[in-house]
Amino acid sequence: MNLFNIIEHLAEVDSDVLGRFDSRRAVFNSLGSVAKRAALATSPLFLGALFQKAYAGTTSTPIDVLNYALTLELLEADFYRQFIAARQIPSGADDTAIRLIKSHEDAHVTALTAAIRALSGTPVAGTATTGIRFNASLLPASYADQLKLAQLLEDTGVRAYKGRAAELLGAPNDLLTVALQIHSVEARHAAHIRSMRNQLPWPNAADDVATDTTYTGGVPNTSTTSTVVTLGGTTYGIPAYERTKPSMAESNINQGAIGTKAALPITTAFGDTPPKYSADDAAAAFDEALQPAEVLDASRAGRLLA
Amino acid sequence: MPDTLRPTDSESPRPAQSLHTPIKRRSFFMYAGATAGVTALALAGCSKESETTAPSINVSLGFGDASVLNYAYALEQLEAAFYAKAVAATTTVLSTAEKAVLTNVATHEAIHRDFLQAAINRDFPGQLLQTLTFKFDDATFTDRTRLLTAAKTFEDLGVAAYNGAGKLFKVPAYVSIAGQIVSVEARHAAYVRDLLTSGSFAAIDQVDATTGLDKQMAPADVIKIVNTYLDATVVQLDVSTIGQ
Repeated sequence: MNLFNIIEHLAEVDSDVLGRFDSRRAVFNSLGSVAKRAALATSPLFLGALFQKAYAGTTSTPIDVLNYALTLELLEADFYRQFIAARQIPSGADDTAIRLIKSHEDAHVTALTAAIRALSGTPVAGTATTGIRFNASLLPASYADQLKLAQLLEDTGVRAYKGRAAELLGAPNDLLTVALQIHSVEARHAAHIRSMRNQLPWPNAADDVATDTTYTGGVPNTSTTSTVVTLGGTTYGIPAYERTKPSMAESNINQGAIGTKAALPITTAFGDTPPKYSADDAAAAFDEALQPAEVLDASRAGRLLA
Repeated sequence: MPDTLRPTDSESPRPAQSLHTPIKRRSFFMYAGATAGVTALALAGCSKESETTAPSINVSLGFGDASVLNYAYALEQLEAAFYAKAVAATTTVLSTAEKAVLTNVATHEAIHRDFLQAAINRDFPGQLLQTLTFKFDDATFTDRTRLLTAAKTFEDLGVAAYNGAGKLFKVPAYVSIAGQIVSVEARHAAYVRDLLTSGSFAAIDQVDATTGLDKQMAPADVIKIVNTYLDATVVQLDVSTIGQ
């Protein structure tokens, strides 16, 4: 491994990176067990993680990110448990699909719990009666409304994973890939439930729930500013809510802003007159992320927690 | 290749800033060792001390984040070219409703292609992968099952490719941008799969039943498949330096 090459890479994208090297001890501490640290210290992955951590400027650890993901998976898994137990689902294709989706959410809970333990962290937990679970009083009575809630939960899940996956760049155990592999499954679920409801597979202005907070940006100004969440038997950190940079609504058509580089307006960026792409297509071609504080806010998934 | 296999003019990407990606001497020698035939071509170019027009069919995706973005750009070019043909006016194997949705899908892929092209030109001037011309079997577009099977293949391939490529980026912001695209690909994949076989949106051939994880593929394995849709005598993509 050529250290000079790496530093050269760092300097290419961040000229201040050398000044951030004093945070290496904190990064080191976030990387898990003693044995893993020893292994990581001798691998390029370690320096990669050091860089990503320094660059991202976040104090969240991979365990924090995984616990956040596990919170949402526990909520989804328990929602589907109650959805099935309510016995409103028509037998046949609908029943098969909902049970398949629940089996994936259960598998995600198992996978994330194991991943957190592998990093010597304490996973959040939940059962039907304790810890992180779906608020039973919010389960709608009708199948149509239950299915609608399933769509809102899946589309929220997609936005939530998207909001934090980048923090796992350079994390051990290929956790970024695992998070992406869960993220795309949530998108498949969302698309199928949308089809079951005769909606297009992606968020769009013609949705019957287009104005739901699931698809809007930001959160009310009264929302929490806490960077620590205590749920399901443990405490984990989330990044402070960036009020000046609220997440985009799903109707956003400006993509690709990085640092000081402005976003590309999809309808007009490609120099075509008249514009080659409609605003509807521009919005639908990209799903939008949500910050964790937005997801856990009472206006979104936060209200569904028991 | 028959003209009918080419994307129509109105749907094809605008020519890239440079149709021939400049090949630096460093990559040049890398290719020289690849095959005997290519070596001969490469040496011919070498004797002229050419820095820009090595007559090699191997086209490198480049280095660093530019290479990962070029990888995505190649995949989006493939998908956009396929769907442009699939929803062309003469196609009658889809129902009106299906065609309407797949026309949306075709537009999403064209947007992804044009967006990535613009983003690479903005962030990595001069490193954009060339515009690619793909060949598809004509029979694919006259049979519903074959058409949807091809669509499923491309969408699932795209999802697995993005899932496997995220870790290759150096700058986290690009992971976020790729994430905004891959979930739309997964939505497409689920929709097309359901059209082909109802309820197969996340079937076990794609989503592992035990782990609940979608597929992920390494760039070399993905490009091996993409290359089969390129004219092997003209262009073959080389991912050997991706992410480096």
